[in-house]
Amino acid sequence: MPTDKTQQAIDYAAMPDDRGHFGIYGGRFVSETLMQALDELRDAYEKFSKDKEFQAQFDADLAYYVGRPSPLYHAERLSNEVGGAQIFLKREDLNHTGAHKINNTIGQALLARAMGKNRVIAETGAGQHGVASATVAARFGMECVVYMGAEDIVRQAPNVYRMKLLGAEVVPVTSGSKTLKDALNEAMRDWVTNVDNTFYIIGTVAGPHPYPQMVRDFQSVIGREARTQILEMTGKLPDALVACVGGGSNAIGLFHPFLEDESVEIYGVEAAGDGIETGHHAAPLCAGEPGVLHGNRTYLMEDRAGQIIETHSVSAGLDYPGVGPEHAWLKDIGRVNYTAITDKEALAAFHQLTRVEGIIPALESSHAMAYGVKLAATMSPEQSLIINLSGRGDKDINTIAKIEGIEL
Amino acid sequence: MSRLQSCFEQLKAEQRKALIPYVMTGDPHPDVTVPLMHAMVKAGANIIELGAPFSDPMADGPVIQAAAERALEFDISLDDVFNNVADFRKLDDVTPIIMMGYLNLIEVAGYDNFAARAAAAGVDGVITVDMPPEEADDYISALKSHGLAPVFLIAPTTTSERIGKIGNVADGFVYYVSLKGVTGAANLDVDSVAEKLAEIRQQIDLPLGVGFGISNAETAAQVSACSDAVVVGSAIVKRMAAHQTHDATQTEDIIRDVTELLNGMRQAMDADIENKITKTA
Repeated sequence: MPTDKTQQAIDYAAMPDDRGHFGIYGGRFVSETLMQALDELRDAYEKFSKDKEFQAQFDADLAYYVGRPSPLYHAERLSNEVGGAQIFLKREDLNHTGAHKINNTIGQALLARAMGKNRVIAETGAGQHGVASATVAARFGMECVVYMGAEDIVRQAPNVYRMKLLGAEVVPVTSGSKTLKDALNEAMRDWVTNVDNTFYIIGTVAGPHPYPQMVRDFQSVIGREARTQILEMTGKLPDALVACVGGGSNAIGLFHPFLEDESVEIYGVEAAGDGIETGHHAAPLCAGEPGVLHGNRTYLMEDRAGQIIETHSVSAGLDYPGVGPEHAWLKDIGRVNYTAITDKEALAAFHQLTRVEGIIPALESSHAMAYGVKLAATMSPEQSLIINLSGRGDKDINTIAKIEGIEL
Repeated sequence: MSRLQSCFEQLKAEQRKALIPYVMTGDPHPDVTVPLMHAMVKAGANIIELGAPFSDPMADGPVIQAAAERALEFDISLDDVFNNVADFRKLDDVTPIIMMGYLNLIEVAGYDNFAARAAAAGVDGVITVDMPPEEADDYISALKSHGLAPVFLIAPTTTSERIGKIGNVADGFVYYVSLKGVTGAANLDVDSVAEKLAEIRQQIDLPLGVGFGISNAETAAQVSACSDAVVVGSAIVKRMAAHQTHDATQTEDIIRDVTELLNGMRQAMDADIENKITKTA
């Protein structure tokens, strides 16, 4: 399907098409054994997303278990220090389990229960999605297996212990680069083997159709709330939105309800690692090429032969060679601007927010903070921007201490 | 007539079934692949499935994953796969070669460019594990326009409706994945395979191959009794991996071991069909 370059003609709500395509991106590229499971999932999701009782249960869980709505916080001291636009933070870090991930795992666990699947599996990089999956599995009394790269298990020991406390089995993945992408491969292998009783909770807006659409819909609560909140607080739409993009679920969650508001400039921030020019980064939208991985066509970090290359970011949650297909499409049609922030810039932003506002952001969210602050400085005090504070930084303090040569 | 068609017609006339061994290009050393392919034909292989290594082989079990990692240590690319096929064709212009791999390598090459080079090298068909027919219109026309057979997989979970869809676009043969799982799993159930093959035959006239989980002569014989071809992958790669020293001098040992395995399978598959029936009963 050709992509339409004229933005006025685009019906964002109608995307993806019925086979999961966002322009040339998305789709369903999996082994034959999973095709039937994906059809079942799509049918179940279509049915339950229109079911009033299911939606009421989802909304109640978001309110009473996750703690929604999350506040939209006017960071006045930070805004004054920067001396530009008014900075508003969407506080996803205040959700139960400390990040936006739980919005999606609640939705998928409810769907798993409705489909009669009693075993859930998940992949995790930083451990946030693994913890969010283990949490909902504990709450719904489901068996939970989390695949995690052996390297990440070392980097994120506290989250590994958290998942075990919650009753999940954490399986180390030692193939390939031993990180998130390999955990995803291994989770797919589990699913193809145990497809009859198992629900695969994918943690981001990637993977085969219907995952990118389904996860977007579950996460869009972020943007719907933020839109209402900013209108209440300032009486107008924001001038800009900023969110970090690994797989891209927190970003699409914030962006989607604003896509039709043409006056709102939207920025997705990838991980530039040591710098895009060094090749050590995790920025497929800024410096990758389209390809097919993990069930969808999207921008990838790959070499000229088509092999997936290792990525680098100080933030484990952004350390992924692909990105959700809707982001790939939004990039091509020019609706969202994608940019990147280095490890160094993210660390500086981490300290700035901690010091000035008393909020410790996750390293992932620190990338959004770093770009948001840069952008705010170019804007006027009458303007406003929303930065998605997708997670809290407690999980990262060991990493940061180590980088700065401090022993805890 | 294509090499694949002649192969299956001749086997049919002889009332024999195809034995299809798999080898990963460049595993465990780039010098091993072509001599091993010739040895496989000598040991009774009718078709060769040649793997192209990919960094993220989602549908493969640990044995083939490790083979891909070994091959990638030598930076094996599609060019190397094609070069090996062209080398093989210097001495053997009869045995069909099916390339098996993942879509991204073909996406990056471009479908038409890929198909043209594969056909020129002497490839006969292509299995792309993560390319379902729903996404495959351009891919299929590129392959077919260069005389290559798009070989598709059917799984135990494939519905009757999708079997029909696959039958409409597939060529060469159809590959039935004998179990829910990844390559190299060990719990193949011959009765349920036979049942599903009968269901597939109602809609598809092409020869039916069976793979995933065939590791010894006995299973090969049982499966060949109800199918047209038996694909053996992990069992071979496992034997090869026992010799992994990334050293070309291991070629002879590998060839001896793989020949022994294939000889056993060939003999069991060719044994009197009555014999096979009593054995499985």
